[in-house]
Amino acid sequence: MENRERILKIRDLHISFKTDNGKVNAIRGVDFDLYKGETIAIVGESGSGKSVTTKAIMGILASNGVIEKGSIDYVWYDENTGERQERDIVKMKKDEIQKIIRGRKIAMVFQDPMTSLNPTMTIGKQIMEPMIYHYHKSKEEAYAKAVELLELVGITDAEKRMGNYPHQLSGGMRQRVVIAIALSCDPYVLICDEPTTALDVTIQAKILELIKEIQRKKDLSVIYITHDLGVVAKVADYVNVMYAGKIVETGTINEIFYDPRHPYTWGLLSAMPDLDTDDEELYTIPGAPPNLAHEIVGDAFAPRNQFALNIDLRIDPPMFDVPGSETHKCASWLMHEKAPKVEMPKSLKRRIEKMKKEAGL
Amino acid sequence: MDKFEFLPDDFEFVGDKQDITKDQVTPAVPFWTDVWRRFRKNKGAVIGACVIILITLMAIFMPMFSSYKFDAIDSASANLTPNGVHWFGTDNFGRDLWVRTWEGTRVSLIVAFAAVVIDVVLGITYGMISGYFGGMVDSVMQRIQEILNSIPTLVILTLLMTVLDPSLFTIIFALMFTEWIGMSRITRAQVLKIKEEEFVLASRTLGASHFFIIFKEVLPNIYSQLIVMAMMTIPNAIFYEAYLSFVGLGLTVPQASLGVLINDGFKYFLSYPHMMAIPVIVLALLMLSFNLFGDGLRDALDPTMKEM
Amino acid sequence: MSTEPILKVTDLKQHFKINRKFTVKAVDGVSFEVYPGQTYGLVGESGSGKSTTGRSIIRLYKPTSGSIVFNGEEISGKMSAKKIKLLRTKMQMIFQDPMACLNPRMKVMDIIAEGLDIHHLYSTKEEREQKVYDILNLVGLSKEHASRYPHQFSGGQRQRIGIARALIMDPDLIIADEAISALDVSIQAQVVNLMKHIQKEYGSAILFIAHDLSMVKYISDYIGVLHLGHLVETGTTEEIFTNPIHPYTKSLLSAIPSPNPVVEKQRTSLSYDYATSGLDYEAGTQHKISDTHYVLATDEDLKKFLAE
Repeated sequence: MENRERILKIRDLHISFKTDNGKVNAIRGVDFDLYKGETIAIVGESGSGKSVTTKAIMGILASNGVIEKGSIDYVWYDENTGERQERDIVKMKKDEIQKIIRGRKIAMVFQDPMTSLNPTMTIGKQIMEPMIYHYHKSKEEAYAKAVELLELVGITDAEKRMGNYPHQLSGGMRQRVVIAIALSCDPYVLICDEPTTALDVTIQAKILELIKEIQRKKDLSVIYITHDLGVVAKVADYVNVMYAGKIVETGTINEIFYDPRHPYTWGLLSAMPDLDTDDEELYTIPGAPPNLAHEIVGDAFAPRNQFALNIDLRIDPPMFDVPGSETHKCASWLMHEKAPKVEMPKSLKRRIEKMKKEAGL
Repeated sequence: MDKFEFLPDDFEFVGDKQDITKDQVTPAVPFWTDVWRRFRKNKGAVIGACVIILITLMAIFMPMFSSYKFDAIDSASANLTPNGVHWFGTDNFGRDLWVRTWEGTRVSLIVAFAAVVIDVVLGITYGMISGYFGGMVDSVMQRIQEILNSIPTLVILTLLMTVLDPSLFTIIFALMFTEWIGMSRITRAQVLKIKEEEFVLASRTLGASHFFIIFKEVLPNIYSQLIVMAMMTIPNAIFYEAYLSFVGLGLTVPQASLGVLINDGFKYFLSYPHMMAIPVIVLALLMLSFNLFGDGLRDALDPTMKEM
Repeated sequence: MSTEPILKVTDLKQHFKINRKFTVKAVDGVSFEVYPGQTYGLVGESGSGKSTTGRSIIRLYKPTSGSIVFNGEEISGKMSAKKIKLLRTKMQMIFQDPMACLNPRMKVMDIIAEGLDIHHLYSTKEEREQKVYDILNLVGLSKEHASRYPHQFSGGQRQRIGIARALIMDPDLIIADEAISALDVSIQAQVVNLMKHIQKEYGSAILFIAHDLSMVKYISDYIGVLHLGHLVETGTTEEIFTNPIHPYTKSLLSAIPSPNPVVEKQRTSLSYDYATSGLDYEAGTQHKISDTHYVLATDEDLKKFLAE
C-alpha cells in the first residue's frame, strides 16, 4: 500500500448541462483516486454519469457542459526532464488539455470500434497520426512504431494490415486497432468506455486479457467504465458504483462483490443471473433512474429503495466508512449507527456464500 | 456527522408510505403545444411568418380598395416617382404601380399555392409509392423520373409556349412538369428510411395492410420534412414564374405579375429605378420570408430534437 | 413430448442475393421444435443468423426453402387469407430496440390497440379501451400512460409497451428478438421476470433469441446454438450446460463471465475458430445424443467430440 503512487485525484466534482428542458445536474459530487498500475472500474447504468466523469478528465465534455465546481488533479512525469508535474485539469484551458493531456498522457478506448475508426483512412495512418501530431515523429519512425503496436495488440501479419481499411477487419480486430491507437503516444492512463459491449462474448474475454497484458507490460493505470459486472469481476482492483451522478459505494473488488453494503449494489448484483440461479424470480430494483433535470431532495435512490429510511427523503447520505476497512465506503443512511440493521436479500446472500466457497475465501 | 440535524423518526423505514412499484413517467405535453413553443422561440421564423401574412393580406385587399385599376392607362401621369397620389409611382403607361404591384403579388402567390398542391399531389404520392413498394415498381418509376428530369426545362417550356397561349394556366402547367421531381425524391428517401424501422416491422407482424402502414405509420413520421420541403419550393416557384415572365415566356401585357413588373421596370432602370426596385424588393421579401418560415417550421417540427 | 409442437421448423434456409456472384446464406438448414407453454432459447453471436431465423418464421421475409409449421398449418410458402390471419394474430414479435420499436407519432393507447384495430377484435370503443387498460396493468404500467407518447417513457417502459402490444393479441407463440439486449442490467431483470410471469399465466410459448447465455439459461427450457447459419447443437438447458458436445458450444459456455472476482480473474476462455477447426458445417448431419439432444457433425467428428 505504501508504494502506491496516486496519479489522479478527483474531488467534489459537479458537472451540469444546459438543455432545452433546463439544467441537468449530471454529476453531483464525485470523489475518487487512481493509483499507478491499478485498475478501477466505474459501474453504473444509463444516466448514472459514468461516461461524463471520464469525458471531463479528457477535457471532451460537450459544449453545453459546465464544470460547476471540483478539481481533477493529475500527476505525471515530464518525458524529457523527468520532472514531476501536477495540474488541475478543471483549471486548464481547452487547448492546453488538447496538447498536453489528450492522447498523450491520458488515452481513451471507446465502445463501438466501427464508429470510433475513420472509415476512409487506412488503419496504419490512423495509428501513425497521433504520434506525428503530438511528438512530431518522422513518418518512418511512426510507421515502425505502428507496426510494433499492431503486433503488441495481437494482430497477425501486422505489416500487411497497415494498409487495410476498418471495414476489412472483424469487430474484435477493429477494437484491437483502437487500443493500438490509444497506446501510440505512450499514455500513463487508459480510459476504456464499455470497450467490449459491442463485441461478441467470445471476443470480449480476449480483448480484456489483452488490455491486462499491456497494462502489465507498460505499467499503465486503467479506468473501466461499464455496466457489465462480469467485466468488472475480471479486470478491476477497485470498484466505484455510481447512481444518479454520485458514487454510492466504493471499495476493493472483493469488498464490493463479497460484502456489498448499498441496496443499489445489492440490486445490481442480484440482477445478473449466474449459471446457478434457479430462483423463480430475479430480485430486481423496481422503477427507473431519476430525471436529473429535476432538483433531487435527499437520497436519489430512495424512491426505488425498499429499505429507504425517512431521513433518506430529507438529507442526501454522506459517505460512511465501512468498519474494518480503509478502502470500503458506502453512501447510505443504513450505515449510521442509529439505523436499523438490514441484511442483503436472501438469494444474494446465498449466492455470495457459494461464490466465496468456490473462491476459497 | 455533527453538522446534520436529526429528527426523531429519521431512522425508521419509509415502508408503505411510498409506492416504489409505481412507475414515473414525464408529464404529458401535447405535440402541437410543444411545436408552437419551439417555433415562437425562433425570431427569424416568426418575422418570416408575419411578413408573409402581411404581404398576403395586402395582395388580397389592396387591389380591391384602390381607386385605380391595374390596367388603366393614363399617359399624362406616366413615369411618376412615388408621391402622395400614386404611392409607388407609375410606370411608363401611367398605370398605378401600387395596384400593379399588389396585383402582381397576388398572381405570384397563386402560382406558389399551385406549386405546393402539385408538389403534394404528384410529388409525394409518386415518392411514397416508389419508395414503399421498392423492387421493380421502384426501378421503373425512378427511370421514368430520370428521363423526365433530363430534358431541359427550357426546352419543354418553349415547346409549350408554341402550342399554348401564354397565361397563368400555362405557367402552372409548366411547373407541373418539373417541380414535383424534387419533392418526390425527398419523399422517397424519407420513406426508405422509415420503412425498415422496427415499429413498421411491428405493424407488419400485426398484419397491417400496405394502406394502413403508409398512412398511419410512415406518413405521420415524415410529413414534417415534407411540409418544410413544400415551404421551400414556394420561393422557387415564385422566382421561376418571375424568371419566365422576365424572359417573355410568361404572362403578357396588360397582365401583371412580379416578373412582368420587373421586366417592364428593367427597361427604364437607369432613368426611373423605382419601377424595378419596388417589385424586386417585394419579391425578395417574399422569398426570404418563406425561407425563414420554412426553416423555423422544420426546426419546430423535428421530433428528433425532443429531449427525454 | 406427447403433445404436438406449436412450432416446427424443418431445414429452414434464408438466403439473400446481394448480386450475381454473391449470396449471403444467413440461415442454412435449421430445424427445431417449440412446444406449447415452453421457452426455446435460440443463442448465437453476431452473424449467426438468429435474428434472421426469427424474422423468417414470422414471415417478415420469404423463406428460401424449408418448412415452418405453426399450429398445424404450413406457413413457409404462399398463404391463404385464413393462414395469414392465423399467423398475424397468434404469433407475435417483440423487438430489440426500445427506442425504435414504437411509432413516435402514435399514442400508447393506439400503439397497443393496433392489432385489435387491424383485425376488428372489439365491438365498442369502451371495450377497446378496457382491453388496453387491462394489458397495461399486466405489464406494470397504468391507465394514465395510455394517452402519452413513446418519448415520454424510459427504455424499459417502452419495451413493456412493446410486450403489451404483442400480448393483447393472446398469442400462442411470442418471438422475442434480442428483446432485452439493449436494456440496462437491472431493467433486463425486470423484463425477464415479466415474461416468465406472462408465460406462467397465459401459457404462451416463447422463442427467445439472444446472445447472453446466462439470461438464456435462466429463462429457457430448451436451447439451440446457432453458428454461421447452422444449428450446431440443441437440447434441454440442462443437457447443453452440463454436457456440451460441440466445440463451439463449449467455447461459448467458457466465455460466459462469472461475477466471482477471484474465479473470474483466473479463468481463461477456450478458443474456437471455424476457419481453422477443420469442421464443415454443410457436411455434417444432426446426430442424436438423446431424445432431445442433437449435435451437428460428421460421424468421425462426433467421435472426436465425444472423446474430449
